[in-house]
Amino acid sequence: MTVAAEKAGGMTGEWRRLHRRTVAVTALTLAGLSVSIGAPIVLGMLRDDDRAAGPVLLVAVGAAILLTGGGMLVDRLRWRHTSYRVTAERVELRFAWVLHTQRSIPRERVRTVDLTANPLLRAFGLAKVKIGTGQRVTGQHSHVTLDPVDRAHAEELRRVLLDRAPAAPARAARPDPPLAELDWQWLRYAPISVTTPILGAAAFGAVMQASDWLGLQGEMFETVRDLFGGLSVLGLIGLLVAAGLVVGFVGSLGLFVEMWWRYRLTREGGTLRVHRGLLTTRSLSLEQRRLRGVDVFEALGSRLLGAARVDVVATGLQVRSDNERSDPKTLLPAAPLAVAHRVAVDVLGASPLSDVDIRRHPRAARTRRVRWALLAVFGVVAVLAVLGSLLTTVLVHLAWIAAVVATPPALALALDDYRNLGHGLSGDYLVTRYGAGSRHTVALLRSGVIGWTVRRSLFQRRAGLVTIAATTAANNGEYVIRDVGESEGLSFAAEAVPDLLTPFLEPRP
Amino acid sequence: MDEVRLRPPRNRVERRAVSYWLTNEGLSAIVPAAVLAVLAAIITPARPWLLLAMGVVLVIGIPYAVVVPLWRYRVHRWEVTDDAVYTRTGWLWQEWRIAPMSRIQTVDTARGPLEQLFRLSSVTVTTASAAGPLKIQGLDHELAAGLVARLTETAQANRGDAT
Repeated sequence: MTVAAEKAGGMTGEWRRLHRRTVAVTALTLAGLSVSIGAPIVLGMLRDDDRAAGPVLLVAVGAAILLTGGGMLVDRLRWRHTSYRVTAERVELRFAWVLHTQRSIPRERVRTVDLTANPLLRAFGLAKVKIGTGQRVTGQHSHVTLDPVDRAHAEELRRVLLDRAPAAPARAARPDPPLAELDWQWLRYAPISVTTPILGAAAFGAVMQASDWLGLQGEMFETVRDLFGGLSVLGLIGLLVAAGLVVGFVGSLGLFVEMWWRYRLTREGGTLRVHRGLLTTRSLSLEQRRLRGVDVFEALGSRLLGAARVDVVATGLQVRSDNERSDPKTLLPAAPLAVAHRVAVDVLGASPLSDVDIRRHPRAARTRRVRWALLAVFGVVAVLAVLGSLLTTVLVHLAWIAAVVATPPALALALDDYRNLGHGLSGDYLVTRYGAGSRHTVALLRSGVIGWTVRRSLFQRRAGLVTIAATTAANNGEYVIRDVGESEGLSFAAEAVPDLLTPFLEPRP
Repeated sequence: MDEVRLRPPRNRVERRAVSYWLTNEGLSAIVPAAVLAVLAAIITPARPWLLLAMGVVLVIGIPYAVVVPLWRYRVHRWEVTDDAVYTRTGWLWQEWRIAPMSRIQTVDTARGPLEQLFRLSSVTVTTASAAGPLKIQGLDHELAAGLVARLTETAQANRGDAT
């Protein structure tokens, strides 16, 4: 970074404040919160008793003002005493009032710079900037959050902190074409996921809660009964489930639009960038040299339609659960498998997933899975049967129905789990595939493997299997090759990372 | 490559570790049992129940305290070569772990009061992986100090962020 560029970016190394409009944003947020919590309570109280409206409203408005005012004061203090600076070596954030804290991260360690702006921040022209490192060393803060700064300044910070090489003149004139852009056909993969039933159930919960607040629950039930009085219980349940699914369907479409509106995956110099979001805009940047591979994830629903999501395997990312849609590690939402593979190739600059020769695991692994499936079904059936013989015959009937209904899917999942197991090497990458129903195919950079963990349970020992985990600084910390033949797995690990495992191997007697 | 398997790491833990583990596990059975016994002496109405609880604690705790340390001594192994740290733990669920020297970030020792009594230390080797550190328990404290010095020196020599 040249001195001139530093000046241009305003990174003069002086202490700066966060944007002062944060107080207004906080005030509006809290006021909105007060109204949305307070209004149902007030309505409920006015409805329930014959209380005079005056005092109730007075208390409610007073509480809202108190909450908002208090929040504003706290945020004003936070703003007043917080400052940050970007020097040639470090990014520093300090809070100096009563309690003094200072966070400092070396610029050379900065790996990710993420910008998010919810609608309110956007209205004020602000953005939240999260600057992260790839470090996991305990006792050291791994990220600094600037909440909020001016939007243009946020963009500037992102550019300056991640673009270490002097800007190439050619690039400014002709930006790289995006690696991927939103294709509205992908919308069809949105509803067939866990979000649909979850949103449907949540909608029911919300309706119940709201009607309870407003004291309308009884009337609502009556209306429903009057409308559908002719239906049997089963018919009513079916209707409710259908309604829930419709709501969930629409909701998941809406969620997809909110999340992935104007989605673009681009490469700028040595940085991958995902830009997306309708109401809350997000801009996630990741330095290419943090990249350790990709995870092509076929969730059950997507997999049935031949689609897959691409997640990044990179150091310095926060670990989140699989299902969280806002995951910062997602590079591509569920898209046709061919697109997912093309993006994986573009991102990695290699094609380990299509070139790899995946080796299957021993049949003993299948035996284990079938046994687990049958044991799980048996466990449920046994509990039902025992309880049934003690209490009521209904449960005994439930037991055999459960056995008949649950066994085929359990076996199917077990066999699918076995079929998916596989591992292989391709160029610089190690590939492992696993999952029952939903399937992960992970390509992990061999030079990114920073150790091995070999595990074996008593049962695995009898079956001649081991589970081998390649530890890595990225994501969850390890990628697992489950239930591989002992000798084959160890030879594979020794081949994947030369010299690391070999000294600790011995020929089998 | 022909059929291979992992060889056990070369070093056992310190023999004294057996006594340490025995004391440790023994205490964690005897202390609650003693508390229950005192309570039983004081609270007469609940005496049979308290004595029963004490009996359960002792029946489970004492055999555990005798058997587990011996097992642990048999299965816990460690080795440090010029290139890597190698450990083995577990009996029903065995675990072998290997961390290359070049990827070690920090090395720590920890000594509880009881470990000090037995002149023992445990060494924790951290890499950049979120999957957790390698731990070598029950080392002679001077040996551990030497090991930490050596590992730290190697880790320092391999600067860079070890990811």
